[in-house]
Amino acid sequence: MVDTPKELGYRETHEWVRNEGDGTVTVGITDYAQDSLGDIVYVELPELGDELDLGQEAGVVESVKAASDVFAPLTGTVIAINEALEDTPEIINASPYGDGWFYRLRLADPAELDDLLDAQAYLDVVEEEQDSDD
Amino acid sequence: MGRRTPLYDTHIRHGARMVDFAGWDMPLHYGSQLIEHRCVREQAGLFDVSHMTTVDVSGGGARDFLRRLLANDVARLTTPGAALYSAMLNEKGGVIDDLIVYALADDSYRLVLNCATHERVLPWITRQAGGQRVTVREQTDGAIIAVQGPAALAAMQGAFGAAAAALVSLPAFSSCRIGDWLVARTGYTGEDGFEIMLPADAAEDCWRALVAQGVRPAGLAARDTLRLEAGLNLHSHEMDEDVTPLEANMAWTLAWDPETRHFIGRTALEELRQRGGYLTLAGLVMTKPGVLRAGQLVRVAGSPQIGVITSGTYSPTLGHAIALARIPDIGAREAVVDIRGRPAPVRVVRPPFVRHGKKVYN
Repeated sequence: MVDTPKELGYRETHEWVRNEGDGTVTVGITDYAQDSLGDIVYVELPELGDELDLGQEAGVVESVKAASDVFAPLTGTVIAINEALEDTPEIINASPYGDGWFYRLRLADPAELDDLLDAQAYLDVVEEEQDSDD
Repeated sequence: MGRRTPLYDTHIRHGARMVDFAGWDMPLHYGSQLIEHRCVREQAGLFDVSHMTTVDVSGGGARDFLRRLLANDVARLTTPGAALYSAMLNEKGGVIDDLIVYALADDSYRLVLNCATHERVLPWITRQAGGQRVTVREQTDGAIIAVQGPAALAAMQGAFGAAAAALVSLPAFSSCRIGDWLVARTGYTGEDGFEIMLPADAAEDCWRALVAQGVRPAGLAARDTLRLEAGLNLHSHEMDEDVTPLEANMAWTLAWDPETRHFIGRTALEELRQRGGYLTLAGLVMTKPGVLRAGQLVRVAGSPQIGVITSGTYSPTLGHAIALARIPDIGAREAVVDIRGRPAPVRVVRPPFVRHGKKVYN
């Protein structure tokens, strides 16, 4: 079963977003994404202060199996990165919505939050992907 | 839905993530490929390799036929049970497939080939056999189970008792009969272990008996990282119909003597060897974070030729990236890999990277 917490927003590219309510968000990759990748062994994060545009490449996740780009789900400035991922990237597998978060953004345009998928819409995306795999 | 091995239901019960592999539904992993990998290096793991192609060749002309078909020489198989690794080449010297050939008895051999090459291989063998005194028959009603790891022998003894006694002294790369099973001391992991060829209806009991000994099921994902650490080639990666054994670190499998043995591809290989200048397969090691991947380009100072990674991964045993790559053969100790547009320095080493659980490259 794919875990998709209702309080989060999502992108089709399998990032999740948590609105911290103060003009900032926390970003990570979804449970479905980590499960599809398998054992994660390396993560490239953006740097503190990077200004990311919506949809811009903002890092790479590598599992033993494959490399996968991570995209900025919203426009903003990177104000924190999860340094623990450098030495223990496997926490993304164990806790994709908790300890496995990627970075925090200060939003340039909070209105973009309205474009995010809700949990049900994201699950539909996942189902479609799974069907096309079969 | 793809083709299923006799162990399909067993994999589902073990919670396998199934994937399509060359038309077969095969287990990718049973939860974590890293745990399965480590288990093979430290204890023992169990693989279903029933999808591999098995072809029996028999008849008065079998030996002469195989001496022409294969680049290694089956004349080296002097006792029943002996086995040999060989390439099967086309006239250009390209590798149609790599395989293990077992001597079953006089005039009777078994070839175990890749699954992914099946559609090309069977017509080729059948065509080459035309007019020879041989019978070529594909075996489709069997199963193959590989038990691999330092505890493989103990597990076989624990599971099969006295029947497995002969395995203690079975030399590497040879096989013996246990009832109607053929058990070979071969594998694809760089560890001790056995490959068991047995009737389909015996596969599940055999699998269960080994699992009861603590042997852990392992999927294709772990199989790939294990073989890459062991420096073992995978067809369609390290070599294919346009790549010769000379370019794939397989020169040791070419039996040049006697000169009168005209195996298919020999002439082309002799010309290439004479001409030189071809890329050769080497190992790459990158200890900084990141992962090397197939298809990434490799540059070596002092050569205008550009190399390419044929297989790359994160090595679970070593904790960093390793790769096999075809690169200019100028004895370089260092190279630079293009990873998503960024140059990454790597060391050039001679594979294997890991044998019997330990780092072995320098």
